[in-house]
Amino acid sequence: MEFALITFLNGLGYGFLLFLLSSGLTLIYSMMGVPNFAHASFYMLGAYVAYAIAGVLGFWPALLIAPLVVGVAGALVEHYGLRIVHRYGHVPELLFTFGLSYLVVELVQLVWGRAPVPYRIPPALDGTLFTLYTTAFPVYRGFMLLVAALMLLALWLLLRHTRIGLVIQAALTHPQMVEALGHNVPRVFMLVFGGGCALAALAGVIGGNAFVTEPGMAAAVGSIIFVVVVVGGLGSLAGAFITSLLIGMMQTFAVALDVSLASLGLSVAPDSALAPLLRLTLAQVAPVLPYLLLVVMLIVRPKGLMGQREG
Amino acid sequence: MTAAVALSLQGLHKAFDGNPILRGVDLELLAGERCALIGPNGAGKSSLFHLVSGRYRADAGRVTLHGVDITRQSPQQINRLGLARSFQITSLFPRLSAFENVRCALLWTLGYRYAFWRRIGRSHEASTRALAVLQQVGLAARADVAAGELSYAEQRALELAVTIAADASVILLDEPTAGMSRAESAAMVALIREVTVGKTLLMVEHDMQVVFDLADRIAVMDNGRVIACDTAPRIRANEDVQALYLDRRRHG
Amino acid sequence: MKRLLLPWLGFALVLLAAPLVFPQSAALSLLSQMGTMVLLCLSYNMLLGEGGMLSFGHAVYSGLGAFGAIHLMNRMAEGALAFPMTLVPLAGGLTGALCGVLLGYLTTRRAGTTFAMITLGLVELVSACVLMFPEVFGGEGGISGNRVIGEPVLGISYGPQIQVYYLIAGWLLVCAIAIWALRATPLGRILNAVRDNPERAAFIGYDPQRVRYLALILSAFFAGVSGGLSAINFEIVSAEYVGALRSGAILLFTFIGGSAYFYGPIVGGVVGVLFSSWLSAYTQAWQFYLGAFFILIVMTAPGGLASLIDQGWRILRSGAFDTRMAVRAIAWLAAALPVLAGLVLATEMAYQASLGSLAEAPLRWWGWTVDVHAPLPWMTALLLMSGGVAALWCWRGQGGRS
Repeated sequence: MEFALITFLNGLGYGFLLFLLSSGLTLIYSMMGVPNFAHASFYMLGAYVAYAIAGVLGFWPALLIAPLVVGVAGALVEHYGLRIVHRYGHVPELLFTFGLSYLVVELVQLVWGRAPVPYRIPPALDGTLFTLYTTAFPVYRGFMLLVAALMLLALWLLLRHTRIGLVIQAALTHPQMVEALGHNVPRVFMLVFGGGCALAALAGVIGGNAFVTEPGMAAAVGSIIFVVVVVGGLGSLAGAFITSLLIGMMQTFAVALDVSLASLGLSVAPDSALAPLLRLTLAQVAPVLPYLLLVVMLIVRPKGLMGQREG
Repeated sequence: MTAAVALSLQGLHKAFDGNPILRGVDLELLAGERCALIGPNGAGKSSLFHLVSGRYRADAGRVTLHGVDITRQSPQQINRLGLARSFQITSLFPRLSAFENVRCALLWTLGYRYAFWRRIGRSHEASTRALAVLQQVGLAARADVAAGELSYAEQRALELAVTIAADASVILLDEPTAGMSRAESAAMVALIREVTVGKTLLMVEHDMQVVFDLADRIAVMDNGRVIACDTAPRIRANEDVQALYLDRRRHG
Repeated sequence: MKRLLLPWLGFALVLLAAPLVFPQSAALSLLSQMGTMVLLCLSYNMLLGEGGMLSFGHAVYSGLGAFGAIHLMNRMAEGALAFPMTLVPLAGGLTGALCGVLLGYLTTRRAGTTFAMITLGLVELVSACVLMFPEVFGGEGGISGNRVIGEPVLGISYGPQIQVYYLIAGWLLVCAIAIWALRATPLGRILNAVRDNPERAAFIGYDPQRVRYLALILSAFFAGVSGGLSAINFEIVSAEYVGALRSGAILLFTFIGGSAYFYGPIVGGVVGVLFSSWLSAYTQAWQFYLGAFFILIVMTAPGGLASLIDQGWRILRSGAFDTRMAVRAIAWLAAALPVLAGLVLATEMAYQASLGSLAEAPLRWWGWTVDVHAPLPWMTALLLMSGGVAALWCWRGQGGRS
């Protein structure tokens, strides 16, 4: 019972973080029509920039400033880079983000080195929130959940209940019409891109010190967020939310459950071809699960869980 | 001797997201006849084409081609059975040359299938036939130009060439003279008449001059149904058709 | 026919003569790597350039082909199987093709961006699986083998690198000719049609899905041959052969070369290996240069290097290359070189300052010793870059070349 509850809470936290990270990507994906491979890089940048600021000003200013800085950087990239490549077609756009992700990793390594940096949880948030049976649930996990939830609420309110949100939603599916109605669509795109990057950076700010902050962190989450966006459905924040939680739970439970088919009682001859398969524990198989989900979903229902259109 | 029925549409229904577009279309085309499909915008003419050629699946009803039921078949299967169609908005292979466009249209009928172990050179049957078709539509001089770089009229001619290349017995033309001047339309009409000798032709058209020039029979569609199908003079005298067109004119 | 024969003869000649021009062992190793990479990129372009299929998981086929080849080599070494080493790449190719048959069936059910995403999921899936079964794939360490098995046949044992190079060159030539010839087959033509307009292709009697599936199987075959050659060349195959990183590199190199031209992947493969294997010996910043170069190509010449070569060739042939154009080209180059020099200087210094093994170690650059902590070199770099950029900006209005 305790195990289930703790794992559930951990899964929830991971899922929320994943959603914070992929919400920006799903908006950008619907807007550009192509996956943004550099999205995870902005997550990484958020963590590093926060580390840099926190070292000088402390964690709380970093929480505010780092996403803004990275968001502005993202907007600049869109304006001076992506926009030019946009007219060459989808593949060059995609490859541009690809090359960008490459460059960002190099730049980060250049400035901060190849080793993980000591980006720590601030002492004010370091502690136990509550103790469930015998396992301590850290304050910081609760904080992460809180920030993610608040941010997403704000995002939802922005998109649904403000004028700019309405314009954004319209521009995502019918840019020409919106432009004809007099709105500055290029500016909207720049805003959405910058906003998406800022969201990713925020995820980095609060995730970077809970997990490790190192040059490889972008690659670690890069593929998973694509699974979230594609399985959730193009342009659907609700779908991304459901998928993030699904994957968060799936991963957390799988890693915690050290069972294999062999341990459950199934057995074959030790040197048969199936033996290695049965010895595999769920924890070992865990990394594969999201991709399995992706492949199955794309074959069965390419629109994703709640998407409106395909690819 | 009664001619065989080439294409038969029976009770075709199709709705999109709950909106009924086709509400029971019945039409029969005899082999070798030319039939024009006219009607106001939104009547469902293009949708009917999409249904017959396999792009959409009918909700109800039947389509038979030379007696074979093709209602549930894929576009490529229907094409292989002898039905070819053109598109209202030119649909070609833009990076391939005009010659290549037509030759590709011939490959299946000539039995090449998915062969990757034999080359098709300029002397093969596919190549000589492709050149002959290009000659017919008057594009022989532009054979090596990429389809995307041809002029609009040339592209429409190429569209026709690709449609008739494989010698399909039933041909569907979707607004072949759309966007053309009077002179260009007249040339296209002559061309269509020439290349569809002995074939069954179903043609969507808005230009009444073209319709009267080419069609043996005229089918009038309104609101998802064929309300009349007869020879030109009888259609002109038909009260329902008059009501349709006069009504529209009165209500602007 | 004669028009086609000349370039192919030239290509064969280059392959034959390359080790004579660059006989050092390091160069031979580089040439061998180029050979396998060029074949891999050519096989990839069957999908990207000919079929319009953007795949993020092409390394799956070359990697699994490599594993197949190395396992065969080990069986041969044990004496369980008698098989000529020269034909081992064929086994790699067949393994790749088999994987194409199985996995391609899943991936080619969809097209466009959906296809791209499936391949992304698939490559992650396969590389994760490879690590899960160390009995078959050797885990982190991979599987090693030996390319020298038994007695030399006609003096060839594949021990010396030069023999391996000629093996690679031979397979590359044969496969390149085959890939070229495939373009003129009915399948090749219809593949182009499906790329341009899959809906229309259906309406002329072809199933676009089936066409793509077959193209993928053929492409996977050639990728497997490339994998087999890599297995022979390096005598070890590990999980990274199958990974997303390698797939990305293939895509990168093919795109840099130019996917709309047959010889684009050849250029791309050569340039790619130059960056990753040759440049990496000279500077720590090679990945940065590769990324920056790639972005430059995407932004200024999305048709790849081949498109630039083609443009230049056209200009030369048309005779439009007069003195005025030559002057402009030289002026442009004179402005671009300082920018490049300044950028490289700054990058090298930055890398040295940040990641140098000794904090006080100076940077050695073409005989000069540069102190990365002094302001002068940085100023020089800045000056070079700004001067060049200013010149480029001024000359922009006068219509710079390309």
